[in-house]
Amino acid sequence: MHLPILSCLVFLPLVGMILIMLVPRGRDNLIRGIATIATALVLGLTIKLLAAFDQTQSGMQFVEHAQWIRELNVFYHLGVDGISILMIFATALLGFLACVASFGITERTKEYFALYLLLETGMMGTFLSLDLFLFYIFWEVVLVPMYFLIGVWGGPRKEYAAIKFFLYTLAGSMFMLIGILALYFNHTPHTFDMIELTKNSFALYFQQLVFLALFFGFAIKVPIFPFHTWLPDAHVEAPTPISVLLAGVLLKMGTYGFFRISYPILPQAAHWFGPYMGVLAVIGIVYGGFVAFAQKDFKKMVAYSSVSHMGFVLLGLAVFTPAAMNGALLQMFNHAMITGGLFLLVGVLYDRAHTREMDAFGGVWSKMPVYGSILIFISLASLGLPGLSGFVSEFMVLMGSYPVYRWMTIASCIGILLAAAYLLYMIQRVLLGPLNPKWSRLPDINKREIFTLVPLMIFILAVGVYPKIALQYIGPSIEHLLHLLAGKIAA
Amino acid sequence: MVTYPVFIPLIPLASFAIIVFFGKWLKEKSAWVAILASAASCVLSLRAAWTVAQGGSFHQSFNWLMINNIPLEFGIAIDPLSAVMLFVVTFIGTLIVIYSVGYMHEDPRYARFFAYLSLFLFSMLGLVLSSTLVQIYLFWELVGLCSYFLIGFWFEKKSAAEAGRKAFITNRIGDIGFFLGIVTFFYATGTVRFADIRPELIHAHAGSAVLTASALLLFCGAVGKSAQFPLHVWLPDAMEGPTPVSALIHAATMVAAGIYLVARLFPLFHAFPDVSQVIAIIGTVTALMAAFFALTQMDIKKVLAYSTISQLGYMTAALGVGGMTAGTFHLMTHAFFKALLFLGAGSVIHGSGVQDMNEMGGLRKTMPITFWTFVMATVAIAGIPPFAGFWSKDEILVRAFESGHRIIFWALVLTALMTSFYMFRLLFLTFFGKTRGHLHPHESPLVMTLPLIILAFGSALIGLPGSPWMHHWFQNFLAAGHPEEIGMNSFVVTISIATSVAGFLTAFALYVLKPELPKRFAKKYWVLYEASKNKLWIDEFYQATVIGWFKAVSKNAFVFDAEVIDRTVNEVGLKTISVSRIKNWIDQYIVDGLVNLTGWTVRKISAVLRLIQTGYIHNYLFVLLLGLLVIVFAVFNI
Repeated sequence: MHLPILSCLVFLPLVGMILIMLVPRGRDNLIRGIATIATALVLGLTIKLLAAFDQTQSGMQFVEHAQWIRELNVFYHLGVDGISILMIFATALLGFLACVASFGITERTKEYFALYLLLETGMMGTFLSLDLFLFYIFWEVVLVPMYFLIGVWGGPRKEYAAIKFFLYTLAGSMFMLIGILALYFNHTPHTFDMIELTKNSFALYFQQLVFLALFFGFAIKVPIFPFHTWLPDAHVEAPTPISVLLAGVLLKMGTYGFFRISYPILPQAAHWFGPYMGVLAVIGIVYGGFVAFAQKDFKKMVAYSSVSHMGFVLLGLAVFTPAAMNGALLQMFNHAMITGGLFLLVGVLYDRAHTREMDAFGGVWSKMPVYGSILIFISLASLGLPGLSGFVSEFMVLMGSYPVYRWMTIASCIGILLAAAYLLYMIQRVLLGPLNPKWSRLPDINKREIFTLVPLMIFILAVGVYPKIALQYIGPSIEHLLHLLAGKIAA
Repeated sequence: MVTYPVFIPLIPLASFAIIVFFGKWLKEKSAWVAILASAASCVLSLRAAWTVAQGGSFHQSFNWLMINNIPLEFGIAIDPLSAVMLFVVTFIGTLIVIYSVGYMHEDPRYARFFAYLSLFLFSMLGLVLSSTLVQIYLFWELVGLCSYFLIGFWFEKKSAAEAGRKAFITNRIGDIGFFLGIVTFFYATGTVRFADIRPELIHAHAGSAVLTASALLLFCGAVGKSAQFPLHVWLPDAMEGPTPVSALIHAATMVAAGIYLVARLFPLFHAFPDVSQVIAIIGTVTALMAAFFALTQMDIKKVLAYSTISQLGYMTAALGVGGMTAGTFHLMTHAFFKALLFLGAGSVIHGSGVQDMNEMGGLRKTMPITFWTFVMATVAIAGIPPFAGFWSKDEILVRAFESGHRIIFWALVLTALMTSFYMFRLLFLTFFGKTRGHLHPHESPLVMTLPLIILAFGSALIGLPGSPWMHHWFQNFLAAGHPEEIGMNSFVVTISIATSVAGFLTAFALYVLKPELPKRFAKKYWVLYEASKNKLWIDEFYQATVIGWFKAVSKNAFVFDAEVIDRTVNEVGLKTISVSRIKNWIDQYIVDGLVNLTGWTVRKISAVLRLIQTGYIHNYLFVLLLGLLVIVFAVFNI
């Protein structure tokens, strides 16, 4: 029998969720087991998908297409191509690792893991949908469990952070919905099909309006400056595994929206908005870096560093060169690995010390040698050390953007300096210097925690040394997209 | 096909991996792994250098990354220039790894130290063997990272942690220039391969403003790494690292990477006289300035650090005035005698337990091997013939003299004078006279003194291949068939020897014959003395300006984020709530009120109306009749 692999990816977590709901409260180990198995199965299937994926093809693969709501012409349409495959993999990997990292959650375990699995279904569905209606539904499905996961299992200001995240994102998706409906009604016959919509050529002013509407939806999610302030709050309050998914996957849904929807469907508008996106990108890179440097809270610093690093994705999107586009997409994957790792590491420290104040630490490296080394390794990747993955994607973006926006590229380079400044400052405050006697009994990172970090480190190193292992998946699809854009823009 | 030079960097990398993963079990044996690895690299390097000397060359690469459909290669290339560097790095590297066995003895992180050293050797060799600008940038950052780790090796010391970070950040400032230089170069010429950077390629772009900018930006990288003014401030602080590290990384090899880069891109710089001029000036300023700072330092390692900066400036100046072989030659000789000086200083620190020269003195009796090897190195750096430094320094001076830059020439002569003086001052303060502190000095073990002895021979002899006695074999080798004209200039030679001797005599007079004089001079010329001792307050200046601004911007950006952007978001949220409150009020009192009002009105009206609706037929008939009468009257207009 032909296995509908993409549907399995989307609905396996949901099955897990239903199973968990059937388990009586209190049987925590069983619940954890079900969640782990579900996420592990998803990861296994994703690896199978990677192996079966045809790297030479630029179009959609493993397509599943079925009518859903006939009256509205809505289809259940899933597919994967070079643009989504790395995000699928990142989602599956982080989904599994963060699940393992969730073993520390002891409060309302049943609800936690049920919501967690629902979240994974939403994320997978967002990256796999090829129908705007379906896409929107999954997009919103992500929101609800996220709200509860922050609002129930979060820190002291969890209600504030959760509602801020929820309302802000909801406001964005309202605009997005308007954009989607505008596309639907202006296409004859009315359709939500993304592939179908790319074939149409809308008038420029219409494209601009829709682009703007979608932009708000995506920009808030990325988040692009100045829509970013929900992010630090949400991160600081969210439990560690949720922060990992928030930074590693949710933010990428925003930039993915540009790649998947805005760019192919509204190419002229994308081109028209390019310079403005570039400016916002540069502001995000530099501003995010400066603000990150001023942080005292470890987690908040990482959150602001995300604003800076996601700026590179936007910069890559703003210019229509192969190097920059490939770099932007790769940066999404790399940032998922790196920042996911950083949040896990913040969590490891917080679980032991119950504080995230960087100045409260000092000299921890001598007490936690393994932890310190891993933290330094991932920080180095984040600050763009060559040989590790962050460098490759930022290098490609800058290389690709230079001939288009020279001064913006030069300004963005300040971001590289800033990354070194705030990360090394963090390392110095937390790990180096004389040991604060308060922490003389701090236990080193344990095996389970190491287990959640090692896969990330492997990918950080592998992509950094030999970027082709990741780029070979995305190259043809990006080329195809650029070809499409070039054709439309010239027309 | 894989050729053996690939293993030159890979063996130290393997050593790094072995020590990282098995260091716990290896413990003391980690050092052996590192020694064997560096020795093996050294043997392979010598073999490769030998092949190159016979006229061979290596170039092997694979396609690493596509940039807009132009492939970027990753590979190894060996030509005479990289062969020289290979020899210097692996030979001195091996000696220093051996020396470290003694120096780092009983350190709690003994294994980790050798892991770092191996990682450094891998990165440095990768840098030397790089076949493209992008690749050299890659390893450039990696050696910087190793430097960061090793400066902060004793990270419990706050000053060490701070110094490591300062080194990394300062270098990164230069590296951003370097990076932009690579990008601009790539778009100006379409290539980043060193094999393509030939005079023909550059001449095709002669006079190009972009390429001029690119050349200057690329030079920024060298300014950072080779600690040239104005980015020199990190190197003296880097002395917080263990002394073998200072010798290997911050004297002999890594800091010379900037010089190597300029030499590697020599055709580019040579084609742009304006850029060369800038390079020459920066080099000269650095040389003179750092030598001036070295005059008054009392920390034995600080003197050597400023000396290193000064000598690197010398090399930069040489490259700036067109002396590619002269600069590279000095790089090599300097690597030997400066490594020896640092290791000697390390031996002194190890044997006496102090680093401050105020407490030293008279060590020549208790540490004879260290003393004699130190003398050799001092004589070499001071430029006394026929020791190594003399030949290379002399060639640089000849170059500067012949280039016609008179100011540069005389500045370099003055630097040579100061160099000779501060080195003999160091020698006399440390080894002569009576011990000033309460020390129980002892000679270092053989594992440390043996490298000293080998390097002492090197310092004496390594200049000979570049001397007229061997018909400038080194220069011919380096220029590979296109030797630069090397003129002997008796005027320059005389000046050169005279300055060396003058420096020695002054130091001898001040620190051996009349030791009370220096203090009097310091009082009399206190402006100069303070300026030198405080290094022209450059650190303080940076602290007050650039660093201050940086922190202020960062702080204000955060305030702006919280008080403006986030505030706006929250205000919008709160306003929405207030608006909905108002709406709620309107709903309750107006909308709902209107509904109620309607009901109330209807009720009232109906109450009135009810009065008429009596239910009696005769009442209705009466009203009907009344109405009919009104209509009739109205119609007939009565």
